[in-house]
Amino acid sequence: MNPDGSQAPLEVPVNINLSLMEVLRAGGYPIPGTCGGIALCATCAVDILSGNEKLSPAGDQELDMLDLLPQSTAATRLGCQIRLRPEMDGMIIRIISES
Amino acid sequence: MEDQDKNIETDICIVGAGPVGLFAVFEAGLLKMRCHLVDALPQVGGQLSEIYPHKPIYDIPGYPQILGQELVERLMEQIAPFRPGFTLGERVESVERGGDGSLTISTNEHSTIKCKVLMIAGGLGCFEPRKPAIDGLTEFEGKGVAYIVRNPEALRDRNVVLAGGGDSALDWTIFLADVAAKVTLVHRGDTFRGSPDSAGKVFELAKAGKIDLFLHANVMTLYGNGHLQELSILTHQLPPTRIAVDDFIPLFGLTPKLGPIAEWGLDIVQSAIPVNPADYSTNLERIYAIGDINTYPGKLKLILCGFHEAALAMQSAFKYVFPAEKLSFKYTTVYGINAF
Repeated sequence: MNPDGSQAPLEVPVNINLSLMEVLRAGGYPIPGTCGGIALCATCAVDILSGNEKLSPAGDQELDMLDLLPQSTAATRLGCQIRLRPEMDGMIIRIISES
Repeated sequence: MEDQDKNIETDICIVGAGPVGLFAVFEAGLLKMRCHLVDALPQVGGQLSEIYPHKPIYDIPGYPQILGQELVERLMEQIAPFRPGFTLGERVESVERGGDGSLTISTNEHSTIKCKVLMIAGGLGCFEPRKPAIDGLTEFEGKGVAYIVRNPEALRDRNVVLAGGGDSALDWTIFLADVAAKVTLVHRGDTFRGSPDSAGKVFELAKAGKIDLFLHANVMTLYGNGHLQELSILTHQLPPTRIAVDDFIPLFGLTPKLGPIAEWGLDIVQSAIPVNPADYSTNLERIYAIGDINTYPGKLKLILCGFHEAALAMQSAFKYVFPAEKLSFKYTTVYGINAF
């Protein structure tokens, strides 16, 4: 789901072994990923609308960054810290736009 | 910095003193081009010094493992023969083009650097305060809204509202409880991940009535007439609360931004500067972008790629610095390092 509410399916090759941030960026979605995936800029923040239980819990570095995001909720994660796995199929995520 | 020369003239101005900016001095030096570096941070090294000085890096050729800070020190040693100048702790603001094609860069501290070529090695950009989505926030910047506590004494006997849940918000709440007339902390969660000591102290202060603590709450709107006067707070349990305030300090950390560079007329794509991968030149003549700040097909944000880009960009920049001379490529193993 884009920041404007529009929805689009995202197909990802099995075993791509990339982060959600990299896959979204490669797909042309509005994800800057400025810091390159080291949980530093939070420009890849997403809300997990369904399928949260399929994800590994956030690590300390990710939690520290999420703590600083004004718009963050319990469903918010950093896309760069989520490594895509086949069992994540069907998850719904919303891209958070940071102005 | 007070002892820095304010009016500089050089061949190449490098914006950003991270590893790629530093190594660019070496590549320029081999071609007898002088460099001056400008960085918003007060020290050289960029991300390496600021973010991971003690983390090992494994993909620098020739070093199976090297610490971030050690790499910075080695680069400084490597470029010392070419005597680069430094303007540190100052942010580049504007660039002006002279009739002879030269460029003059100005900083926020009124330094100027006149150069023949501008090499942007700005990495992630500069780190600026993250601004929450609050109605009226930017309107009251400098009129009651500040993103950093510069002078705590200026808040003495004032009515201060802080927002945030990190260490900064906790630490300033505790400190200001004894300085300000009234301190209110607004946090969107109900727990703090900051230091447990600080979190405990904040809860104690709230219990003792020395501060007001709003949990599960967000500041929604700022009100005032020329200066901030009131703000509204929305909590899960209560209807919106409107309280009086003199100073509002949102503390939500820093986020990297391109800053004023974005206003220079450069093409910008997703916070990066597109370049010609043949020589890393931008859409503006005499301006190059190297390292993490640029983008081109196949771009990898790696230090070693930035080093490569620096070498090619300097070879290309030579024509602007020495327009009457022919560039001849020389190996250091044959010609050595000819210091300035």
